[in-house]
Amino acid sequence: MANGFYQVKLSHVFEGPMDLLVHLINKNEVDIYDIPIAQITDQYLEYIDLMKSMNIDFAGDFIIMAATLTHIKSKMLIPSINDKEDEDPRLEIARPLLEYLRMKSAAELLVERNILGQDTFAGNINKKDYIIKPEDEIIDVGLFELIDAFQKILKNIPVDYRLDFTGEKISVKDKISEIISILEVKGSVTFFELFSANVGKSEIVATFLAILEIVKLDIVRIVQYAQTGIIRLFYL
Amino acid sequence: MTKDLTNIIESLLLVADAPLSVERIKKIITSADTAEIKDALEELLRKYGEGKGGFVLREIAGGYQFRTLPEYMEWIKRLIQPNPLRLSRPALETLSIIAYNQPVIRSDIEHIRGVDSGGVLRMLLERKLVKVLGRKEIPGRPLIYITTKHFLEVFDLKNLKDLPTPKEMEAQPDSSSEKITQKPLFE
Repeated sequence: MANGFYQVKLSHVFEGPMDLLVHLINKNEVDIYDIPIAQITDQYLEYIDLMKSMNIDFAGDFIIMAATLTHIKSKMLIPSINDKEDEDPRLEIARPLLEYLRMKSAAELLVERNILGQDTFAGNINKKDYIIKPEDEIIDVGLFELIDAFQKILKNIPVDYRLDFTGEKISVKDKISEIISILEVKGSVTFFELFSANVGKSEIVATFLAILEIVKLDIVRIVQYAQTGIIRLFYL
Repeated sequence: MTKDLTNIIESLLLVADAPLSVERIKKIITSADTAEIKDALEELLRKYGEGKGGFVLREIAGGYQFRTLPEYMEWIKRLIQPNPLRLSRPALETLSIIAYNQPVIRSDIEHIRGVDSGGVLRMLLERKLVKVLGRKEIPGRPLIYITTKHFLEVFDLKNLKDLPTPKEMEAQPDSSSEKITQKPLFE
């Protein structure tokens, strides 16, 4: 922290470039066989920039995907000589995406099965398998949902506060202890509550990075209520 | 003996701590032959079929096991506190990729997921849902992964052919498909 930078590493906590693409395709409600490549590429790069600006140490995989998308985008611009023969350059990304979605749907089918120790029970199962508390029905939040929520917050900053000429440094470390002391008292807090005060952008970014860090450290569990969409942090 | 045999197998199934295979039963009841054991198991499958009671006899992981019906899980959870599977989304995706494409090497998994999968793989190995089959004789001799018997038990599967078919995103497009014909910028 001596140099004032704080690196957040997310490689094992959050998803990869394929998930970001799926997220963008769902968000834009576009057909996977007919991806508006320019639009999706731009949005993809926007996310990368945002992650970069927050010093999130994302994996090189994101860059490779960005290069692939840009490459496809450029190919789309070049008229093909014999367009009967050439295949759509977007297939380069549509194929792996389809395979990935197929596996995601397979994962969902697996969860829906009657899982031993959860839906169905056998007679002589080791008793140590059945300890620890049960949990409520909530969705675990991924990085991209968090970034979306964060973008909303950034948009709501009054213009006056967007420029920050003061040299004041708000450290992520301080923010972490601040959030934890709130959680110690209240037990849980909503995502937006943590940003409610009228503060500068750098503080908001520090808060966001602090949240990512404590999630990674398993200090809090971050969930989204299926019905209301409210994101809430629980102290573990 | 037939009635007796059925009763013996029935009692074995009650006490067993894992699905019992025909081979395993044969080793215990040496006097019975495979056909007799299979007949007895068929009888038990009918006796403990769906809709007859609170539990059923199911074919799981190459064997037979009594399982409670999912509709009574709430009651069972009042008796014991279950430890839910709690697999993260990345872990489930990785597990699916291994299950549907096995045997696979790590780079196969990472090719589909587009992201480093070492950590998730280690976790699946620890939870005994996947195992190492050996090394592939290609440069680097990468480890080969397959799912375990425990995987079949946890997901209530008879065998790997019993895996549900994931939904395809419509029909696979071929080159003649209208939807994906290239639209050049200059027409």
